[in-house]
Amino acid sequence: MEWLMNPWPWYVGGALVAFVMIALIWLGKTFGFSSNFRTMCAALGAGKSCDFFRFDWRAQQWNLLFLLGAVIGGFVSVQFLSNGTAPQLAETTIAQLHEQGFMSAGEAYAPTELFGSWSWHNILLWAIGGLLIGFGTRYAGGCTSGHAITGLSELQWPSLVAVIGFFIGGLLMVHLFFPLIF
Amino acid sequence: MKRLIYILLGVLFGMAMYKAEAASWFRIYEMFNFQSIHMYGFIATALLIGVIGIQWMKRSGAKDIDGQVITIKPKSKTIPRYLIGGIFFGMGWALVGACPGPVFVLIGAGVFPMLVVAIFALAGTYLYGMLKDKLPH
Repeated sequence: MEWLMNPWPWYVGGALVAFVMIALIWLGKTFGFSSNFRTMCAALGAGKSCDFFRFDWRAQQWNLLFLLGAVIGGFVSVQFLSNGTAPQLAETTIAQLHEQGFMSAGEAYAPTELFGSWSWHNILLWAIGGLLIGFGTRYAGGCTSGHAITGLSELQWPSLVAVIGFFIGGLLMVHLFFPLIF
Repeated sequence: MKRLIYILLGVLFGMAMYKAEAASWFRIYEMFNFQSIHMYGFIATALLIGVIGIQWMKRSGAKDIDGQVITIKPKSKTIPRYLIGGIFFGMGWALVGACPGPVFVLIGAGVFPMLVVAIFALAGTYLYGMLKDKLPH
């Protein structure tokens, strides 16, 4: 049981995600998590004010169920499959983060400096992050699941362009904006 | 019955993301600093299995559960939307350390600030819907 309670190796995580993608294709669906944001907007009535949300969102209910499962999966992992081991980060990463004031690096799963308190500074950062994720994924027509996993597995070059974009954005944020924010 | 399968696949996905630490802000930070194989190995493993699986389904003319031959929907052959949209998403991914899946996995795990992220992601999606026709694709 110890192997189940300890963090799972990356190759186990990657293999399980590939299995989930293939299972969804076999079920006649596709693996694309961010589509749920569009579906939720439509279900909340966004179709009244915007054409983009005027579609049969009920046909996407399977994906909302998948989302519900993901929430349950997070709950089960923490409640029943966790011994509290923090990610064993690279030493250089931990040292670098300590220098930037992230003292929880190497000790927590999520940084307490960013998610531990509901300060205005933190809430503002969550809001900006959310806006970027929602706007960016729909603009790019997919997120990590639809492009980096599914699109690349299908050898579609537009998905490679998207993944290159993800990395440009991520590198900009971490190396250009983080020193200004934190 | 089919509904239960989608929920169970979601549970498996959520466990894989959480337990293999792809939902940890720290792992994403580490990835964008090229300091560990962890996230690259995660994605590479998924792709290795994914490419083989999908190519096999395509070439063998495999059918899905409804008896339809499995085909791949080609994405539109353009660059701006993928590159620009991708950059926006990448910035958000690095900032909150979670892509859309892990945002919800972490809500389940008790990281409730992700509720705020999810609500604003809905707002961001709505904003895209409103601006769609004015943006380069």
